[in-house]
Amino acid sequence: MAGETRASLLRVAGLKKSFTTPQGRLAILKGVDLELDVGSSLALMGESGSGKSTLLHLIAGLDDADEGEIFLDDVAVTRLPDFGRAALRRETLAVVFQQFNLIPSLTIRANVAFQARLAGRLDPVWREELVGRLGLENLMERYPEQLSGGQQQRVAIARALAPRPRLLLADEPTGNLDEATADDFIKLTTEVVAATGCAFLMITHSKRLAARLERQVTLSSGVIKEL
Amino acid sequence: MSVRHILFILVAVLAPLIRTASFADGFAGLGDEAKGFAVVTAGTPIIFPRDFGAHPGFRTEWWYLTANLEDSSGASYGIQWTLFRQASAPGKERKGWANQNVWMGHAAVTSGTEHLFAETFARGGVGQAGVTAEPFAAWIDDWRFATRDDAPGAGLARMTVSANGADFRYTLDLAAEGSIVLHGKDGFSLKSDDGRASYYFSQPFFKVDGVLVIRGREVKVSGLGWMDREWSSQPLTATEKGWDWFSLHFSNGEKLMVFRLRDETTRGFSAGTWIGADGTPQALDRDDSVLKPLSEMTLAGRILPGRWRLQVRSHGLDIETTMVNPDSWMATRFSYWEGPIGFRGTHQGKGYLEMTGY
Amino acid sequence: MTQAFWTFIALVSHWRRHPVNFGALFVGLAIATALWSGVQALNEHARASYDRAASIFGAGGARSIVPTRGGSVSQDLFVKLRLAGWKVSPVLEGTVRIHGKRFRLIGIEPVTLPREAGVAVVAGEGALGAFLKPPGRMIVTPETLRELSAAESVAIVIDGGKTLPPIEALAAALPGALVVDIGVAQAVLNRPEQISRLIFKEPPSAVAPPLATVAGDALRLVPPREEESDIRRLTESFHLNLTAFGLLACLVGFFIVHAAFGLAFEQRLAMVRTMRAVGVSARTLIVAMLGELALLALVAGSAGVGAGYLLAAALLPDMAASLDGLYGARVAGQLALDPMWWISGLGIAVIGSLVAAGGGLFKAFYLPVLMAAQPFAWRQVQQKFLWRRSVLGALGIAAFLVAHFYGKGLYAAFGMIAGLLLGAALLLPLLLDGVLRLGEKYASQPLAQWFWADCRQQLPGLSLALMALLLALSTNVGVGAMVEGFRKTFTQWLDERLVAEVYFEVAGNAETQQIEAWLEKRPEVSAILPMSKIKIRLGGWPVDIVGMKPHETYRNHFPMLSETGDAWGELQRGEGALVSEQLARRLDLALGSTLDVPAADGQWRVRIAGIFPDYGNPKGQLRIDIDRLMRLWPETPRMGYSLRTAPKAVPELIDALQTEFGQQISQISDQAAIKNLSMRIFERTFAVTAALNLLTLLVAGIALLANFLTLGNVRLAQLAPVWAVGVSRMRLAQLEFLRVLLLAAVTSAFALPLGLALAWQLVAVVNVQAFGWRLPFHVFPAQLGQTVALALLTAAAAAIWPIIRFVRITPAALAKVFANER
Repeated sequence: MAGETRASLLRVAGLKKSFTTPQGRLAILKGVDLELDVGSSLALMGESGSGKSTLLHLIAGLDDADEGEIFLDDVAVTRLPDFGRAALRRETLAVVFQQFNLIPSLTIRANVAFQARLAGRLDPVWREELVGRLGLENLMERYPEQLSGGQQQRVAIARALAPRPRLLLADEPTGNLDEATADDFIKLTTEVVAATGCAFLMITHSKRLAARLERQVTLSSGVIKEL
Repeated sequence: MSVRHILFILVAVLAPLIRTASFADGFAGLGDEAKGFAVVTAGTPIIFPRDFGAHPGFRTEWWYLTANLEDSSGASYGIQWTLFRQASAPGKERKGWANQNVWMGHAAVTSGTEHLFAETFARGGVGQAGVTAEPFAAWIDDWRFATRDDAPGAGLARMTVSANGADFRYTLDLAAEGSIVLHGKDGFSLKSDDGRASYYFSQPFFKVDGVLVIRGREVKVSGLGWMDREWSSQPLTATEKGWDWFSLHFSNGEKLMVFRLRDETTRGFSAGTWIGADGTPQALDRDDSVLKPLSEMTLAGRILPGRWRLQVRSHGLDIETTMVNPDSWMATRFSYWEGPIGFRGTHQGKGYLEMTGY
Repeated sequence: MTQAFWTFIALVSHWRRHPVNFGALFVGLAIATALWSGVQALNEHARASYDRAASIFGAGGARSIVPTRGGSVSQDLFVKLRLAGWKVSPVLEGTVRIHGKRFRLIGIEPVTLPREAGVAVVAGEGALGAFLKPPGRMIVTPETLRELSAAESVAIVIDGGKTLPPIEALAAALPGALVVDIGVAQAVLNRPEQISRLIFKEPPSAVAPPLATVAGDALRLVPPREEESDIRRLTESFHLNLTAFGLLACLVGFFIVHAAFGLAFEQRLAMVRTMRAVGVSARTLIVAMLGELALLALVAGSAGVGAGYLLAAALLPDMAASLDGLYGARVAGQLALDPMWWISGLGIAVIGSLVAAGGGLFKAFYLPVLMAAQPFAWRQVQQKFLWRRSVLGALGIAAFLVAHFYGKGLYAAFGMIAGLLLGAALLLPLLLDGVLRLGEKYASQPLAQWFWADCRQQLPGLSLALMALLLALSTNVGVGAMVEGFRKTFTQWLDERLVAEVYFEVAGNAETQQIEAWLEKRPEVSAILPMSKIKIRLGGWPVDIVGMKPHETYRNHFPMLSETGDAWGELQRGEGALVSEQLARRLDLALGSTLDVPAADGQWRVRIAGIFPDYGNPKGQLRIDIDRLMRLWPETPRMGYSLRTAPKAVPELIDALQTEFGQQISQISDQAAIKNLSMRIFERTFAVTAALNLLTLLVAGIALLANFLTLGNVRLAQLAPVWAVGVSRMRLAQLEFLRVLLLAAVTSAFALPLGLALAWQLVAVVNVQAFGWRLPFHVFPAQLGQTVALALLTAAAAAIWPIIRFVRITPAALAKVFANER
């Protein structure tokens, strides 16, 4: 565990979740325990269908757990009602998906500002800095469909970090990108994330990319294993 | 009774004819409208029974009865019965709906606590309203003021009067105990310094008996009545704003009619007739009488005089009047105050007061 | 609030990228609002006119006293009543002709007129004096002034030579009436010292004797609201018809809104998911969506209400003409609407769009944040969709059946139609799916198989537009069949009914014996058929009793629905009466049943010897022998005559009659002119219906077009793979066109029987309920063919632009579909 002095940001304890499938009930998470400190980064790996996305969704308050607890800054995410979770997503954490990250009818400028505006804390200086670091200066008046996949994901990161969240969740953000673009993207993202002091939890299939983060864990048979 | 009604009826019935008409603006231009109507001239004899009837050649005239009554307990009442005629055009009276006369009736009953009134209108020429001289009858709708059927040929000496409204009605018998009185100079009654005038006579000697019905309650009453007949064609001057008119019965049998026309620019015009107990009239000089309001009251959003001081120097009269019911406001289409009064001072008796233009 | 605002901005930004979809939504909303509020404007306006017409005699609770036996009475009765303490005001009503046009002349007495009523006719300073002073004034509305083709202050000369007073136009005057002083009216109408009505507001004085004591039985106190309710009742069915049409058209408009909003919802699923993921709560999302919807509804609704006003203004003249022709109800020619109308129009837009979009909003609220934003597996969705629609459809049909067997009255009849139409419309996708399944089953070629399968895949997206088309088409068939059927029946009936060559009416004071004697001496007149009429009430309904001569002419020609063997003999003997279909239905009379009629001296019992059709007459009619009528009501004047003569002699006879009797003959006309007039009233009555009919079809066309356009991009993704495997764009375009025509053709095939069912409903149920007469049911094959052609044309017109767009698309654009799937 890196950084003994750091305080805990996220704590997942005994988390269980199962789904109903045509073949009967299928337990995906069978008691997940996980901790993440303030400002640290973690790569979550595992086979397809192992429940990585489910875990991330639960942390983001996008789905309900069957059992167990998730604490974010000592707030019990699992016990929040819908609007409380929405506030959490606006203000405390940010999510980046593999696709459908951007609002197609808004310009890049409006997309970057969107979440910060929702949270009511748009800081133009910080936004400009993000835009500069992510190399989006010349794309601001375009629409998402006019951007390449890598550019779109950089916009998504900018949008996610604009409100200065405490935790960034990313669900295979490089899934649709070629290797070189993915490398660039991860490098840039980890740099920016580090600069903001935000914790970073990323799902990825790629050990190479996972290695760029401070910690790596695998979700397998419904439980977390440290690597 | 005086010029008041000329003004009154013009406003009441044919106000729309006069586009600019309002009290504030005066009645400029009305002088022209009198063209073609018969003119009131001094020295024209008043002839009965002809002059009991209507005078179609003149623009306006009225038959006006007021009475001071008492019930068996001594409570005071007053009644009013009025029929106005106004012609919209001079010339021979036309037949049927083409007739140029419009008639208006006002009736009221006043007690110490109530003042009930009604008004009604009629076109001439069809029989809904009219006046015949011999036998005398004046009517509009089912309101009637006429020589009694059982005294044909009695003229004004034996009469009956009836009227009704939503909450009241009355039927009264009238018996004249004195002669008819001509005002002014043999009935030629001057109304302004510049010679406007009317023909004017009264029968102030009626003894009245009958029944009032007030909100379904029958009251047997008796008392004294006063009838006025007046006709003219000439309107008032532009600056005359209204008038105050008194008819008084004194306990010694004498009577007094006195009025003042209020004028903004001059001191106004006042005149009157002192009537002896035998019916002998004596026209009062315009400086002989003084009419002075002593108090004010607010009624229907207007400020009116309440008590009056009346003086007639030539007869040593100095009295102060009180209203039987201060709330005697005639809220008819064109409104005014009219009601019974009492008085004390050098003389005793009762009478009627009318105040317009407030 | 910030959240809701930025969410709203993001939602709205969608439309900038999808202008066509937005256009469809906007137009749909605007059209629905326009049709609804247009029809409501017509109804409101007509009702306001009736109220104004009734208000001169009924304002503020005024009551009327009318001559017991109709017509007029001496004004002495007015004076007698006044002198007895009744506060009545006299009125004389009559008709004058100006350049051949009829106008209602009303003579009033402004001095005694109750104040509220007086204001309506004589307003403004100086007006009373001018009104009374010769030559007086004639007060009309500005519209009537235009109808008279005259200017203010002009004194019009009526046909017959008399001069009316100078005109004064007042907006608040009585629609369609010429108001003059009663003295003027008596002179102009040639009825000196006569009055036709007394009105009063103040009750008679406490000592006033009863009406009968003063006037005997000459006058009758009209029960409160009798006349107002008469005109309202008579016209109610007309307005209900209009409302039903407006509602139908409005419904079709909301179909568009529903479709467009549904599509927008699907298109915005991904956006909604993203927004939810970055912290928009479900509540905020709904608030923003509601805000968007409300704003749209207000803007499009305002446009719609404006368009509705224009629509109403365009249809008003026809409606006014038919109301006048059918019911004698005058409607002012200038639309004047109160603010409530505007507000209610917007209300309809807001409520309608909420209902139309409600499903989407509901889904958005309960949408799990993680729901896949991919398009649904279409087959599964379609099955669910078909199932749900079909259940609703079955419910609609069930409602129809319930209304059919248990319902009564006009509302039930319209309920039936609504159930039938909606049920059939909702079942349409299932039926179409069945037809396409059959096609798929029997197709062997791969392209053909794809074609059928693709058609099925298109169903959910197109079904709403196709349902709208079905509704529009079946309405077209139904109303068309009814109008055509009516025209056929009506023409035939007119031919039979109008057999005499000359018709004339006489004035109230005419010396009819002289006229008859004069006619007897004319060799060219082969038959003189006098007619008398009195107005009574039977079962609270206004009924005319018409006295006629049971002449050969009638025996041979008078159209009957059913009659006893010796109907005319019974009539002649004074034992029998002919009753109009309306009256028979209302009083439940059949051949042989007896009827008690209140006559001048007691009840008169008569047997029903025949039932005759009396199309278009809002009143009931009872026809009896004229001599009998004269014995029962001795005072009844002759009203008019029909003359049999050689057609060649007609113009000369008319001239001679007019020269000889002048004013005594109030109206004279030959057969052709009367037929002409009747047909003209008929045409105008259905002009409004026809216009709404056409508009409904137009809306359906717009719905289809909007659908094709909005589906354009999705369609591209579906066509690109077929293109990629080697089918040319032209071939694909042809197949697209064929697909549209196929769907339209199948839809119209369903529309025909539905339309005929609707037509049957209209002639056999609605008409009977609304007007009291039933029309024979006719099928017009040519009209049906025309409707199918119209359907194909509408669909083709709607499809052609999107298809041309497809043909013009570059291969690169098609290839791009594969590059970025969605």
